Amino acid sequence: MNLSFSEEDLKFQGEVRSFIAENYPADIKNKMDNGIPVSKDDIQNWQRILSKKGWFAVNWPEEYGGTGWSITQKHIFQNELADANTPTLVPFGVSMCGPVVYTFGTQEQKDRFLPGIINNDVWWCQGYSEPGSGSDLASLKTKAVKDGDHYIVNGTKTWTTMAQHADWIFCLVRTETTDIKQQGISFLLIDMKTPGVEVKPIITIDGSHEVNMVYLDNVKVPVENLIGEEGAGWNIAKFLLAHERTGIGGIPALKREIRRLREITSELPLGEGFLKDDDLFMDKLNKLEIDLLAAEYSELRTLAAMSKGGHPGPESSILKIKGTDLQQGLSDLFVEALGYYAHPFMSEDDLISNEGRIGPDFAANVMPHYLNYRKVSIYGGSNEIQRNVIAKAVLGI
Amino acid sequence: MDFSLSEEQQLLKDSITAFVDKDYLFDVRQKNINSELGYSSDFWKTFADLGWLGMPFSEADGGYNGGPIDLMVIMESLGRGLVVEPYIPNIVLAGGLISKLGSDEQKAELLPKIISGEIQMSLAFSEPQSRFDLNDVITSAKKDGDNYIVDGYKAVVMNGPSSNNIIVVARTSGNQLDKEGLSLFVVDPSAKGVSLRNYSNVDGSKASEITLENVSIPASSLLGSEGTAFSALEEVIDLATLAISAEALGIMEKMNEITLEYTKTREQFGETLSSFQALQHRMVDTFMAYEQTKSLLLMCAAKLTDKSDDAKKAVSALKYQVGISAKHVGEESIQLHGGMGVTDETNIGHYFKRLTTIRAIFGNTDYHLKRYSAL
Repeated sequence: MNLSFSEEDLKFQGEVRSFIAENYPADIKNKMDNGIPVSKDDIQNWQRILSKKGWFAVNWPEEYGGTGWSITQKHIFQNELADANTPTLVPFGVSMCGPVVYTFGTQEQKDRFLPGIINNDVWWCQGYSEPGSGSDLASLKTKAVKDGDHYIVNGTKTWTTMAQHADWIFCLVRTETTDIKQQGISFLLIDMKTPGVEVKPIITIDGSHEVNMVYLDNVKVPVENLIGEEGAGWNIAKFLLAHERTGIGGIPALKREIRRLREITSELPLGEGFLKDDDLFMDKLNKLEIDLLAAEYSELRTLAAMSKGGHPGPESSILKIKGTDLQQGLSDLFVEALGYYAHPFMSEDDLISNEGRIGPDFAANVMPHYLNYRKVSIYGGSNEIQRNVIAKAVLGI
Repeated sequence: MDFSLSEEQQLLKDSITAFVDKDYLFDVRQKNINSELGYSSDFWKTFADLGWLGMPFSEADGGYNGGPIDLMVIMESLGRGLVVEPYIPNIVLAGGLISKLGSDEQKAELLPKIISGEIQMSLAFSEPQSRFDLNDVITSAKKDGDNYIVDGYKAVVMNGPSSNNIIVVARTSGNQLDKEGLSLFVVDPSAKGVSLRNYSNVDGSKASEITLENVSIPASSLLGSEGTAFSALEEVIDLATLAISAEALGIMEKMNEITLEYTKTREQFGETLSSFQALQHRMVDTFMAYEQTKSLLLMCAAKLTDKSDDAKKAVSALKYQVGISAKHVGEESIQLHGGMGVTDETNIGHYFKRLTTIRAIFGNTDYHLKRYSAL
């Protein structure tokens, strides 16, 4: 057993760290560090910087523009990105649609769709959930009926993250009604500019607009936008969900945030001292850090197994549950740290106004973050579904 | 032993419940919290007309002589309706201190207007460093002839924006953490040197940051005698803690009902969510969290009514439990709603937000656990 990084890995870490230090735009960093929401342009700008360096589609095979990095190197890279508080890479194109296209698509489809993803010219979103199909994804009802060289698509997709920015959407649609609901599902790429596609915002309890309803009303989609065989969509979905779940624990970001909270305890006044003098609070912080350490080493065990050629299996469900528990727990500790100052609500305009913020500078995002992060145990396969996966796949019950 | 409400208390409960069910509709509330005022002055007038604002005051002060149990009944029912109108800042905090400490003149001037809903008031007690410690006060008041000169800063003052008068806790002597040396002043927010920064809280209520710079306040605005405000302040905050705990209980009861109803109608995998045992057990747990809280609430209301020796300890036990249960019930209700729980358009998320701010108001679990241990 050897739990340390090799000389070579450490050298790689240094290289990544200095690249970020030299190339992470100051204006985006300023927004991220001060809790001001980043725009679509900011995200694309940062992703293009990585893309130019060849460090964007890190998981892709080299022939499609991937890095060829080892599992450990990828892990180091993710850690460094999170550590520097860079914007989270939007997964829908690079981590989801891309892998589906190069795994299941025709040569023509690869040539058509992959460059737009890797160069950040095309913004993708995910059309999976429907109002009636949440955890029971296979019960989806959006219908695609073949009509000559087109499909006519009708239905409603929901919780579509950043659809308001998207150029394209990848959808699970029903091309056939069958007794087994997993059959008859197909994977279809739809241009958001097609007549009949309508996006309506869903405002969440933190006051933000992240997710949307996407209405599909007689949308005409060329048959060449079908990925894989007709009716093979469920297998693609299963392949994709495994992708979505790796990294969903968000351990690197948690490490950064817990470090930040610890710093904050030395800054927040409490009586004649600071919050760090409050033993009960510090106990909770330390317990959470121990739990995070355990999750981090669970993730490293998974990575080590994958380095030896294993595939991420039900471990990703464990990491999803633990990671999201920790994300929610930490967001709550930030709320507790602030006392009354967690309560004022600052709009986006308030955040950038000259009037200054209410309470400590970091306070404005704390409650919205806690509220918004209720989603993490719901999305990406709810934690209840993940427990079902573990029960079935690991415990065999 | 009898835990049931008196006939009058039951009537009070029925009347508020009827108001909440019939008039206090979710979309009306949402419209009101997004208005400049942040609540409905018409509803406030209704509360006055129905006698709810006068309930806790003595008959001599123009009230109905209600006790902690009546207050509990009112707040629990208002909680069920997610009522945002500022009952606690006006009636329990400001009104409570005036009736406890005010001179005949001060009472005569302010209480009838509070009870009739004519004026709005609030209590400025917390400071950035004080968190929940009532004795931790830096804001100072120094005698200057017939006046006091007040300097300091007050944080997250509930109902500050609407207030015609604000009761400010200031230190007239002693050190930052001393219980001795605290005094209360009735301050006109438009007075020279007083500036308010007003804002909305995440739960839809309104609050202010208040800066007091060289504010000259006539000695006639001193509430009670100089330097001795602490015990009255503590008593009033304790009663307000009972009130907000009752509000939390009403919210939890309602959230459990809404969630149970949702799981009975939402279908996944061909069955209603309520048919899954894993989810049934979780709803049993949130129900039990509600029951545990209810028991301590009733105990605490009884001890405050009887003025028991251990009433303070009961308050801390209650608020500790409220903090634990509120987190549990709140977070589980959202989770069981799935994505719908995090949308702005459904009411469950708004109940959750209020329940979450209540966890901290008048002291979070850590604060009350420590206070309980120390008492």
